[in-house]
Amino acid sequence: MNTHIKVPQQAGEARVDLSRRSFLVAAGAAGVAFGYAGLPGLLGGDVAQAAAPANFEPSVWYAIGHDGLVTVTVGKADMGQHIASTMAQLVAEELGASWKDMRVALASNDPKFNDPVLGAQVTGGSWSTMMNFDAMSRAGAAGRMALVEAAAGILGVPASELTVRESVVSHAKSKRSISFADLIKSGKVTKTFSADELKAIKLKTPDQYTLVGVSVPQLDIPSKTNGTAKYGIDTFLPGMVYGKLVLPPIRYGATVKSVDDSEAKKVPGFIKAVVIDDKTATTSGWVVAVAANYPAAKKAAAALKVTWDKGPYASVSSQTLIDEAKKLQASDTSGQFFVKDGDTAAAFGTAAKVLEAEYTTNINIHCPMEPMNATAQLQGDIWHLYSGNQFATRTGAIAAGAAGVDPKYVVMHQMWLGGGFGRRLDADMMVPAVQAAKAVGKPVKVIYSREDDMTMDFSRPLTYQKIKAGLDGDGKLVSMNHDVVAAWPTERWGIPAFLSPSVDKKGVLDAFTVNGSDFFYTVPNHNVRAILNELAHKATPSGQLRSVAPGWTFWAVESMVDELAHAAGKDPAEFRIAMLDGKGDNNGGAQRLRNTLLAAMGLAGYGTKQLPKGEGMGVACVSSQERKTASWTACVAHVAVAPSGEVKVKKLVVATDVGTAVHPDNIRAQVSGAALWGLSLAMYEKATLKNGGIEQTNFDSYTPLRMSQTPDVEVNIIANGEPATGVGEPAVTVVAPALANAIFNASGARVRSLPITAEAVKAAMKA
Amino acid sequence: MSVDAAGDTPLLWVIREELQLTGTKFGCGAGLCGACTVHLNGEAVRSCQTSVKDAVGKKITTIEGLSAKGDHPLQKAWIAEQVPQCGYCQSGQIMQAASLLAKNNNPTKEEIVAHMDGNLCRCMTYSRIQKAITRAASDMRTASNTVSDRRAT
Repeated sequence: MNTHIKVPQQAGEARVDLSRRSFLVAAGAAGVAFGYAGLPGLLGGDVAQAAAPANFEPSVWYAIGHDGLVTVTVGKADMGQHIASTMAQLVAEELGASWKDMRVALASNDPKFNDPVLGAQVTGGSWSTMMNFDAMSRAGAAGRMALVEAAAGILGVPASELTVRESVVSHAKSKRSISFADLIKSGKVTKTFSADELKAIKLKTPDQYTLVGVSVPQLDIPSKTNGTAKYGIDTFLPGMVYGKLVLPPIRYGATVKSVDDSEAKKVPGFIKAVVIDDKTATTSGWVVAVAANYPAAKKAAAALKVTWDKGPYASVSSQTLIDEAKKLQASDTSGQFFVKDGDTAAAFGTAAKVLEAEYTTNINIHCPMEPMNATAQLQGDIWHLYSGNQFATRTGAIAAGAAGVDPKYVVMHQMWLGGGFGRRLDADMMVPAVQAAKAVGKPVKVIYSREDDMTMDFSRPLTYQKIKAGLDGDGKLVSMNHDVVAAWPTERWGIPAFLSPSVDKKGVLDAFTVNGSDFFYTVPNHNVRAILNELAHKATPSGQLRSVAPGWTFWAVESMVDELAHAAGKDPAEFRIAMLDGKGDNNGGAQRLRNTLLAAMGLAGYGTKQLPKGEGMGVACVSSQERKTASWTACVAHVAVAPSGEVKVKKLVVATDVGTAVHPDNIRAQVSGAALWGLSLAMYEKATLKNGGIEQTNFDSYTPLRMSQTPDVEVNIIANGEPATGVGEPAVTVVAPALANAIFNASGARVRSLPITAEAVKAAMKA
Repeated sequence: MSVDAAGDTPLLWVIREELQLTGTKFGCGAGLCGACTVHLNGEAVRSCQTSVKDAVGKKITTIEGLSAKGDHPLQKAWIAEQVPQCGYCQSGQIMQAASLLAKNNNPTKEEIVAHMDGNLCRCMTYSRIQKAITRAASDMRTASNTVSDRRAT
């Protein structure tokens, strides 16, 4: 983690320790400026606070102005999940603020805005709401208590007789009240809280909520209907020029041999070809054509003649990666154990029936609608980076690495993200922006073309899984060996804290490649091996794509469980329910998942009527994301399969147990979007590697779901009073197996490779 | 408004980087996603596929100019239905939809899908987009009925 520079003290400002993450209180005429306010050229939340010294800032997370407006500074990246609005909602609930008074600002990479649980600025895993609920609630409550104390003094009444609602503190007995705005203007809001006092605050109970559970209008939506929302690509800086990438035909491992810019020099506006020297190894063999405007940079890029040494992976293809995966899986010594329960070998020896099957997924590309981009500017000793990013802590460090400076000299300016889906956890865009800006001595905005964005994605890796499963004489699943072979998306980050020890303590593994395989079914003998496909890891550096491992582990597990049910002659849903018995460590989670599955079955009318020939329903249920941060999600897919193998998705019914529904409408939006992502990955998205390069370059060859392919998606929320869980990702993972299981029920065709094609379905029918 | 740019420059880059009207978005550069949709003399076009010389002397409308206060029936419907997630494609979606409703204020679901299918939304807000278009069309019909009622009296 980076440590940050001391900000020079400015007149009228108190010195604040920037490393301090505890609750801060600042009030009074002198005021306090936190964080980067002393740095030149800073935009965003901190400055807004610094400019109005008498604002009340009960914590780093928000400030209340003289106008009564409450501005919440959000350390989470907002990529469309409306998390900024959700943070404001949690603060407002306890603070007692009116929703119309709430505003949001996006935080810089100052560590004071680090996630209170994760200790870094990183947005992913469907973690944000669950991990920030408590901190935002306490911040809001502390502000309310401070306002109440001040109001009690002004009104001359006991604080206990005051109530707070809609940004007003009221005294019912005397029928007097005072607004937040007037309280702030009085300068009498001075109460401070120690960390222990904060911890001791008694938060509201759910029956007292007035905003949590209410679908308040999202604060970012109006600006996203009139063109005013600013994304990274919308950055303009004085004197800024533009960079367009010139990329090798190899995803990774190439090096630049020569650059001939004689033709590029004829392009009006061309400035320079910059060969990237990437000490962070995030990129390889990249060149940036810098020019006065983007069209000129594009022309110059096309005119540059770059030759490459193609490096060690120039002959690698998707088939090579699969072959390598199979070879690794076949070896008993490969990989690390993620789960090792009981004795699977012995159990297979006595099993009545043993099934084996292979499940694969192809490479998938994030391709958010806003192509990757970054704008870099050096001002004095400080690098300013403007880019929507999900992992400011690491991305700032990569930018520093590219600049050759200590990370404390990098300021990340967060913007709205034009889609993230895990793509913007990565930092590659920092490297060309910083090095081009350094080379030309001007701010540079680097914009990836869609082709650049697709061919250099940190993709969802190609995965190969093999499951061997044994049923006893009663048709009960008694033994399972599950091998997961993939590139390891998180290992690539080089952050030890993100890796996990294997269960036998013989090594470390990337749990973000096997999460989900440690399911809540009771299976007495169960092994899961996480096997690194080193070749795939190097040739196709992988990333975290919406839902990460559960996107492939549940594909295999929930397909195999279905196959087992049919082999045992049992209904696949009933077969699952029997295994969700809540024994041992599965207690609690298993019952929630069972209930969610039952809910989805009921809502879909599962098993209640005979479907027409060629139609079928399939079920799947998942505990995505990680076992410890699960939401409980089930899907019943209804499909019609034509004799040609063509699959029509008639309906997806999704039920999800989220514990506490903070914003029901947003949950519906997220779960619906996630389910459609699941459908898109299951049926429409496929990338392939050939000669070391990704073959798909734009939306004609890589084809995410369009409106005409969108089925009816019914989302049902179960909120049972447990703490709030995440909703952005889990529904991605449940759809592919539900579809494959429905296809089997409709046609007898079992498909085990994603994406599912008509050809594969037809071939499986014949088999 | 006048700009100085090479004639073959895509209109998109003139709008975005020269005029700094950034509501119009770059998505694919190939006419495959619709994020850059603007109106040229009232017709929805992909500004990444329109050269600036082909736009000379024509009326160009971007999301910023669709309505004076961001209150076109579609913009109001987009808020009412809480359509945007990341929001990046939504300017293009709204401009594409506006060209449909300008000609047909009572489109069927099939007509909406056919008209909108070239616009990608990676957040997959498609069902809300459909609902918002239907709502806006209804609001437009109500508004025009109200106007004609008033005229009749």
